[in-house]
Amino acid sequence: MKLELRGITKKFPGVIANDSVNLSISTGEVLALVGENGAGKSTLMNVLYGLYKADEGEILVDGTAVNFHSPADAIKAGIGMVHQHFMLVPVFSVAENVVLGSEPTKRFGALDIERARKQVREVSDRYNLNLDPDAIVEDLPVGVRQRVEIVKVLLRDAKIVVFDEPTAVLTPSEIVEFFSIVRTLTDAGKGVVFITHKLKEALTIADRINVLRRGKVVGDADPKTASESHIAEMMVGRPVQLTVNKATASPKQVVLDVKDLSIIDPDGRLIVENVSFNVRAGEIVGVAGVQGNGQTELVEAISGLRRTSQGSLTLDGKDITEASPRQRHTLGMGHVPEDRQRQGLVTGMTITENLVLTRYHDSEFCNGFKMKWSKAKEKAKELVQSYDIRTSDPDQMASTLSGGNQQKVIVARELSRDIRLVLAAQPTRGIDVGSIEYIHEQIVKERDSGTAILIVSTELDEVMALSDRILVMYRGKVVADLDPKKVSHMDVGLYMAGSRPENAVGVNS
Amino acid sequence: MKELIKSLRYTFLALLASLLVGAIIIVVTDIDALKSGDFGKAFSTVFTAYKSLFQGSFWGLRSISNTITGTTPLLLSGLAVSVAFKAGLFNIGATGQMLAGGMTALWVGFTMTGPGWLQVPLAVIAGAIGGALYGGIAGVLKARTGAHEVITTIMLNSIASFLVLWLLKTTTFQREGRPDPISKLVVDEARLPRLFGFLDGRSDLVAHAGFFVALLATFAYWYLLKRTTLGFELRATGLNSDAAKYAGMKSKSLTVVAMLLAGGFAGMAGATEVLGTYGYASTSLAGNIGFDAIAVALLGQSSPIGTLVAAVLFGALQAGGRSMQANTDVPVDLIIVLRALIVMFVAAPLLVKAMFRVKSQVTSQGQTFRGWGG
Repeated sequence: MKLELRGITKKFPGVIANDSVNLSISTGEVLALVGENGAGKSTLMNVLYGLYKADEGEILVDGTAVNFHSPADAIKAGIGMVHQHFMLVPVFSVAENVVLGSEPTKRFGALDIERARKQVREVSDRYNLNLDPDAIVEDLPVGVRQRVEIVKVLLRDAKIVVFDEPTAVLTPSEIVEFFSIVRTLTDAGKGVVFITHKLKEALTIADRINVLRRGKVVGDADPKTASESHIAEMMVGRPVQLTVNKATASPKQVVLDVKDLSIIDPDGRLIVENVSFNVRAGEIVGVAGVQGNGQTELVEAISGLRRTSQGSLTLDGKDITEASPRQRHTLGMGHVPEDRQRQGLVTGMTITENLVLTRYHDSEFCNGFKMKWSKAKEKAKELVQSYDIRTSDPDQMASTLSGGNQQKVIVARELSRDIRLVLAAQPTRGIDVGSIEYIHEQIVKERDSGTAILIVSTELDEVMALSDRILVMYRGKVVADLDPKKVSHMDVGLYMAGSRPENAVGVNS
Repeated sequence: MKELIKSLRYTFLALLASLLVGAIIIVVTDIDALKSGDFGKAFSTVFTAYKSLFQGSFWGLRSISNTITGTTPLLLSGLAVSVAFKAGLFNIGATGQMLAGGMTALWVGFTMTGPGWLQVPLAVIAGAIGGALYGGIAGVLKARTGAHEVITTIMLNSIASFLVLWLLKTTTFQREGRPDPISKLVVDEARLPRLFGFLDGRSDLVAHAGFFVALLATFAYWYLLKRTTLGFELRATGLNSDAAKYAGMKSKSLTVVAMLLAGGFAGMAGATEVLGTYGYASTSLAGNIGFDAIAVALLGQSSPIGTLVAAVLFGALQAGGRSMQANTDVPVDLIIVLRALIVMFVAAPLLVKAMFRVKSQVTSQGQTFRGWGG
């Protein structure tokens, strides 16, 4: 089967999301569709999947024009979609989820769960998905849930499978597994469209790469020959810095001192165990580790959102173990939280309001009772300018911003205060190349002005590139203190997995 | 201004749609007309009913007075629900808070002596304080123990109504010589002045200055939300309590403050009823107002202007409904149906948009309260 999009144009009020896009995909190949957030990837796929009607252009299946009025038409034509946010019922079993919407029935409409189970087992075996049809979805890790979505698509006889940002939620090892599944699919004669903004992944798995920028296909790339920086340039429209440019750090006095810190969660489990480290003024300390090894809890404890069960925290020599989050803010702690939409922003409020969310109580913005909104608006205008937040009006809702710009709002808010320590958790998760570059620059600039910086990230590349010192967390403990210039990716990976490389190098004493 | 027009447009469309459905209900329940097949008569019933509904709410001084009287407690208790919604809380306890505020206002109203310019504000403030303290109970319970405010406010409603029943039988409150639970009369100086008191011989114009109290409270609510740090904190907590916590806001004390404010508004509703409309308290003091307040807040999407518009609409329907019943065979209960329909029609576009994941101004502002999990 060959699927073609010809001259697809889709306009929304004020924007042209897709501008005469041409695209083709055949079975047996992987097409990567790369582009920054807001480049029109998702719109294009929603047109293909019958969720949107294109204003112009046509969709051709094996050379004949088709009309998709709904996803049902697309599915009938052999197109399947795995969304970024899974559409699964958590309390249902795998088999129940898979057949949801097209349940096999026995007489009188009774659900034929036996047949559903058998179908899941068959597909799972054929494509090496290793799924237990009776497992309850909410008990499964994210990577396995994704496979449930894949089975759903395969059972509806999809010949072309579209994955929308499939790796965003996966751990590094799950990503490797995911790629092998993609290969199995193409070997079995399926076509795969892989939507992503992670260039490395596109280069690893794709047979062809199409680059989308501002709604247009701006170029094709052959993964065998193209370089990452070349594609990044096409995506952003200008040369981009993929590595972090920074001078050698010159650490000064200790700003944050963590001593013997332990955290016990409400269920009585020891999440963080006897962790001790410090962060000095003018250095970036990166905490690496696979998600779920106590980093989130550690950050929450440092920022004052979680009680510690043992140990002490000192900021600039002052004991802050019992201090409230507000007190820590005032003492000079800036916090870029892990989940920007849930913890960092109130998306239902304006950009201005979000820019003063952690400092509205300063005498600059209020007199204790009344807000000085005109001052806040001035500040917002200034920050929108100096932090390159792309918006026409700071009085718009924060929800109207793209992910990268939302993150810039948080970074602007936290860095523009008078701060001594920046606590940044996953500062660039799920945002576009341009914004990543920008945020990294800002963090380095902040370091050079003498601020202590603690970065927590599950993206090893990011930790390696940014940090002056790397701490590796494994099962709640800091298992290594490394020098990123001397240690290899491979070795850090081994520490992250809980083992200790032989002839370990780059270990700080 | 833009906000007002938008909120008026939605309300108007909802009103129109529900009047249409209401007309169908009038026709199909007119058994006589159906039997005789005389649809002309049925339609003229609809016409007369709606005509007297309108006339009874806005036509002439008396109608306007009735609408104002009905609007006052609806607006104040509507604010009680709205302010809680803004902070992410679902206050079902306006009834209990009204009773609490009504009783404290009453007590001040019949015990104190002094000039009216002092007595009236004192009694209203006493009502606000009584209601605030009663609303605060649910806030403290939520902050301290995590008890969900929906449960606690419903329970507190029952407690309040039996407490009032008991209080009205005590010698402190019960009117002398009366066997039934009815309170002493508020002294004349403490009564809220009648708006049309200057017109001689029009004792039927019952509207009182409580309406200005309600308008003032609406302005205060607007000021709180838009201009103060506290309003900023309440809105942030209501929209995203996690982010508010990360920003260093104290969500627990904000919960208590929100319920205190909610109770304060509802308490004033009780106070204006006692000091204005009735001049005494009885067990039916709060009536259904505490629940109608939820509809008012939902219809007004918790905004100050929206709540005002919704309260006026409901107050008008209530006033007009009585004259509709008097002039036609259509029972006043149709008003309840109409109100329910209005709320449904307002809720429906939000629902439809949410279902199709359409992002719009309306859905983002339509945030009312978090579910049970929150």
